[in-house]
Amino acid sequence: MIYEVFRQERKGQAFQHAGSIEAPDEQFAEWYAREQYGRRGESTALWIAPREALHPIEDFVDELNRNYHRVDGYPLKEKLKEARERASRAAAGDR
Amino acid sequence: MSERAELLLGIADDELVLGWRDSEWTGIAPFLEEDVAFSSIAQNEIGHARALYELAAQELGTTADELAFDRQPEEYRCCRLVELRLPDWEHTIARHWLYEEADAARLERLKASDDPEVAGLAEKIDREEVYHRMHAQMWFDRLKDEPRFVAAVDELRPLIDVRDGHSPELTELWEQMTEVRRSQPAGTTW
Repeated sequence: MIYEVFRQERKGQAFQHAGSIEAPDEQFAEWYAREQYGRRGESTALWIAPREALHPIEDFVDELNRNYHRVDGYPLKEKLKEARERASRAAAGDR
Repeated sequence: MSERAELLLGIADDELVLGWRDSEWTGIAPFLEEDVAFSSIAQNEIGHARALYELAAQELGTTADELAFDRQPEEYRCCRLVELRLPDWEHTIARHWLYEEADAARLERLKASDDPEVAGLAEKIDREEVYHRMHAQMWFDRLKDEPRFVAAVDELRPLIDVRDGHSPELTELWEQMTEVRRSQPAGTTW
């Protein structure tokens, strides 16, 4: 059985995926997870879940390419450059 | 030697020799996770041995290293169970489980000792041994109906009480264990 282990580094922080372990049952999984992700004080808590218990989602449909839903669709760098150029032209015209 | 020093040395020798034997599985345990786990248990046992040797060394006016490595094989007080080189996993787990059971009872007695240093150290060691016992019990529960495992437990069980004289396997182990140290002049600092 494959178990996925998540660890929390400090109280209040989000859990992050630590790694996967192979173990015959949950009890062994707990022991191995403690050993690999908790023994050196590197975690305040662990979550262990059988891989099958996780519900993966891997398909994200975007048939109409609606990239305006995404924050990265807005090219701020180019726009800033243009604005700077306009500003400096305007400043030169003033003189 | 005081009764206290004898007691401490007996336990320290058990832990050192067992730790050494368990570490022989490093790299070849049945699967990766167990390799990490069992190697860690082996390291813990050697850590316990060091703490026990240190306590004895204070009383005897020597050092933990000298007690661990500068005695002759016949001076070790470990039980027969821990000295054997075990060729397979069922015997190894049988020994692990038998040892943890006996060690738990011994630690309970030490924790109740009138000597605060002994009782305190036993408390500390026991906090790690809890996990060793969990590990041993998990394996026991998993293998308890396997005839090969049952036979291994029956075969090894009497050896935990054998403390008079050693098998040649202890001498072999001692030679490996002390080889590097013996290759240097006495008084070398490490």
